[in-house]
Amino acid sequence: MRSENTIVIIGGGPAGLAAAISAKKNGAENILILERDRELGGILNQCIHNGFGLHTFKEELTGPEYAGRFIEEVKALGIPYKLNTMVLDISPDKTVTAMNSEDGLFEIKAGAVILCMGCRERPRGALSIPGTRPSGIYSAGTAQRLMNREGFMPGKIVVILGSGDIGLIMARRLTLEGAEVKAVAELMPYSGGLKRNIVQCLDDYGIPLLLSHTVTDIRGKDRVESVVISEVGPDGSPVPGTGKEYECDTLLLSVGLLPENELSKAAGVKLGSTGGPVVNESLETGIPGVFACGNVLHVHDLVDYVSEEAANAGRHAAKYVEGLSRGEAAKTAGQRTVDVVPENGVRYTVPVTVRPDRMDEELTIRFRVANVYKNIFVSVYLGEERVQHRKRPVVAPGEMEQVTIKRQDLLDRPDVKKITIRLEEE
Amino acid sequence: MYDVIVIGAGVSGAAAARELSKYDLHTLVLEAAEDVCTGTSKANSGIVHAGYDAAPGSLMAKLNVEGNAMMDELCEDLEIPFQRNGSLVVCIDEEGRGKLAELLSRGEKNGVKGLRIVEREELAAMEPNISEEAVAALYAPSAGIICPFLLNIAMAENACENGTEFHLDSPVTNIEKTGNGYAVMVTKADGTEEIFETKVVVNAAGVYADTFHNMFAKKKITIVPRRGDYILMDKEAGGLVKHTVFPLPGPMGKGILVAPTVHGNLFAGPTSVDIGSKEDHATTKDGLDTVMRECGKYVKNVPLKMAITSFSGNRAHWEGHEFLIGELAEAPGFIDCAAIESPGLTSSPAIGKMVCGIVLDILHPGKKKNWKKKRKGILDPRTLSFEERNRLIKEHPEYGRVVCRCEGVTEGEILDAIRRPLGATTMDGLKRRVRAGAGRCQAGFCTPGQMEILARELGISREEVTKRGKGTWLVKGNLKDEI
Repeated sequence: MRSENTIVIIGGGPAGLAAAISAKKNGAENILILERDRELGGILNQCIHNGFGLHTFKEELTGPEYAGRFIEEVKALGIPYKLNTMVLDISPDKTVTAMNSEDGLFEIKAGAVILCMGCRERPRGALSIPGTRPSGIYSAGTAQRLMNREGFMPGKIVVILGSGDIGLIMARRLTLEGAEVKAVAELMPYSGGLKRNIVQCLDDYGIPLLLSHTVTDIRGKDRVESVVISEVGPDGSPVPGTGKEYECDTLLLSVGLLPENELSKAAGVKLGSTGGPVVNESLETGIPGVFACGNVLHVHDLVDYVSEEAANAGRHAAKYVEGLSRGEAAKTAGQRTVDVVPENGVRYTVPVTVRPDRMDEELTIRFRVANVYKNIFVSVYLGEERVQHRKRPVVAPGEMEQVTIKRQDLLDRPDVKKITIRLEEE
Repeated sequence: MYDVIVIGAGVSGAAAARELSKYDLHTLVLEAAEDVCTGTSKANSGIVHAGYDAAPGSLMAKLNVEGNAMMDELCEDLEIPFQRNGSLVVCIDEEGRGKLAELLSRGEKNGVKGLRIVEREELAAMEPNISEEAVAALYAPSAGIICPFLLNIAMAENACENGTEFHLDSPVTNIEKTGNGYAVMVTKADGTEEIFETKVVVNAAGVYADTFHNMFAKKKITIVPRRGDYILMDKEAGGLVKHTVFPLPGPMGKGILVAPTVHGNLFAGPTSVDIGSKEDHATTKDGLDTVMRECGKYVKNVPLKMAITSFSGNRAHWEGHEFLIGELAEAPGFIDCAAIESPGLTSSPAIGKMVCGIVLDILHPGKKKNWKKKRKGILDPRTLSFEERNRLIKEHPEYGRVVCRCEGVTEGEILDAIRRPLGATTMDGLKRRVRAGAGRCQAGFCTPGQMEILARELGISREEVTKRGKGTWLVKGNLKDEI
C-alpha cells in the first residue's frame, strides 16, 4: 500500500498535524496521518479553555480553535489522513500495521515514520493508593473528556490529587459547572502545573492547594464517599496521624503524564530519561527515518512548543525521504556527534545528541529541572568552556526551560564532544 | 417449583450449576450481585494448584488434585485460556529444606504427579530472576494459571445455555423449610420480596455461606473473611518469571507469590489477614507494603514501578480449614458447599461434580438429551491470521474499531460480551469478559467508549451505565441538556 517514500505520521493530534504540514511544505509528496479518534486534533478537542497559541498565533485560542487552524491547513494542503484507525504495530523496518473498519487490517511500508502518539495519564494503581475501589475515580483527562466532549458531569463533590495542569484546569471547569471542588492535594512541596493555572484555576475560585499532601485512603463501597488526605514528610511518605477525611463523590487524579511509547518500543526505538525516544538534533530516534515529536517525546506544558518541535520533525522527515529517493542511505558513520548532558539539577534534555554537520544555524535545547530553584544560573558548557550563564529568579519542574546553541560555536570548537547544561549557584 | 436452587454464582455455584445442567433438573441460581463472579471468585490468585499443600486424606486434597486434572478438558470445552506453567515453592535457607521435603511427601500422598526438588543451579536456569538466596525449590509441573473470571463466567454461561435460570441482583434473605423442600426468599434492592420453592438448596454463598448453614445446622460455623491484597503489574513485566513462585507456606496460607497471569501480566500477592467485615474490600497501606516487601524475597527485580492496579479479595476461611460439602443430616435437601477457600478455584470443577452427585442421590433425575458440552468463547481477533482478521472485519466492521487501546479490545468483542447469555451489563462486566479497561491506563482512555456501547446495547442512558451495578454510577447530569 502506497509508495516506499511515504511519511507515515502516527497520531493526528497537535504534533502529528504540525509535522504533516511542515513535511508537505518541505517537499514531501506522500504523507499519511493515522488517527485513532473520530476526528483530528487529539487531546486539544477536549481542551475547551483558552490560552493556546500565544506564541504561535499571538492570540489566545481555545484548544479546538488551535487544532482547527492546523486541521484546516492539513485539508487545504490535501494531506491524506485516516480516522478511527488504530496503529497496532511498527516494525524495525518501518512497516506500519494499522486497522480500521473500512480498510480492515493493513500494512504500509513507510519511508519515514513520525511518532506523534502523545502521552497518557498515570492511573491510581501506579500510586498504590490503598482503600476501596468504588466508581468515581477518574484521571483528570478522562473527566475532561466526559465533560467537554461527551457532555456529562463526572461528579458533584470533588477532590483532586495532583496539581498537574489538567487537574488544575478541571478544578475550574468543574466549579464553573456547579460542582464543589474541595481541595487539590499535591505530594510535592511545589505544584507540577503552570503558575498561571494555579492563579486562574484555583486561587480565583478559592480552591485550596494542599502542598506536601497526598490521598492515603479511598472510602465508599459503591461510589466514592470520602478520601483521606494526609501530610507527607520530607521523605515523601505520609505523616501518621495527620489524615483528614474529605467527603466527596469523585476523586480526580492528575498525577503525571507518561509518553505513550508502546509502539516505539515495538519498533525497537531506544527510550531515554524523558520516557520518550532518545533523539538527535533532527528529532530522529536511534532508527534512521523514525522521528518523534510532541508529548510522545517529552511532556510539554505548551502546545505552541509541540507545534514548533513537530514542524522540525516534519522538515527533517521530508529531508530524509528526499535523500531516500535519491538513493542516499543515511550517512551517519564517521560523523561527529556531540552529546548533550544534563547535570546538577537538570533532569533531561531534548535532543540527547547533536551532529554539528546536520544541525540548523541555531538549535533549541529543551529541558526540565528537578526541583524548584531560586536565583539560580542556567549555564551551558561546550566541553569545559562556559558559553552561557543566565540568571533566573526561579525555575521549577512544572515549567519547561530552553537554551539555544549556535552551530558555528560547535564548528569553531572541533574538539568539543559534549554540551553540558547545568544549574549553578553563581 | 424448582428442583434445585443454587445460592451464589461464584465459581463453586457456577460449577455446580453446570454439572446439574447435564440432567433433567429445573435449576435456578440466585446471585446477590449484578453479575456472576463478583466475590471471592473474582479476586484471587488465578492459580491452578498442583495439590501438595492440603493435608493428605482431606477433601481439599482430593478435590484439588481432581480439579487440577479436569482443567485441560474443561478449558478446551469452555474455550478459555489455561496454561500449565508449573509452580516452584522456593526456600531461601538450608533450614527450609525440611519443609520442602514435607511438601514433596504430602504431594505424593495426595497423588500429585511429577513433583521433584530442584537445586539452585537448575532453579536459576528455570527462573533467571530467582533470588540469589534461593537454595532449592519444590517443582510442580502440573500447576497452572487461569483467568478466574473467565472460568467462572464460562461455566455459568454454559449452564445458562443448557437451561439453568439465573436471577442476578437477587440476594437471598431467608430460607424456610416446607413440606417437600425449601422456600427461598429474595429481597430486591427496591424492597420487593420474592419466594421461590425448591426441593434442594445448594449453599454456595461464599463468605456468607455460614448464614445459610447456620439456619439449619446444629453445629454452627463462622466464615471469617481472610483478606488478601494484590498488586498487578504491566504486561511489559509479564516475562519476569515463567512459573508461579511461592515462598514456603505458613500458618496463614501459601504466602505471597509472584506469577505471570494467563493474560501476560505479572502479579504479586496475596497478604493474609483476618478481617471483621465481609463487606470490607479495601486494600490497606500495610497490606500493599507487605506485598511490595515480601515479593522481592524470592524473585529479584520485581518492577513494582510498573504496577497498574491493586486489589483485595476475601477468602471464605473457616477455622476447620476444610471444604464443607455435603447434605445436612438435620436438613435433608440442604447441601452445603461452604468454606471454599484456596484451593477452591482449582477444585471448582470437582466441587461441582461432587455437589451434583449429592443432588443426584436425592432427586435421581434422568440425563438431559441435548446437553451442550461446549461453550463458544468470545472471539479474540488477535488469535486470527492477517487474512482471517480482514475477512472478519469485512463481515463485521465492528472488529475493526479498537475501543480499549491498551488491551486492543475491539467493539466486536465488546458486543459479543454483551449479547451472549448472562452477558455483560456493566463496565466491570466487560473488563472481566474481554479485558476492556484492564490494561495499563486502567480505562482512562476507553471509559467514554465503553459507556457509549453499553448504553446503546442495553437501551439506557449513559447516566444509567454503572461500574458494577446499583450505586456505582459513573456520570451525573447531562451538560448538553442543561444548555
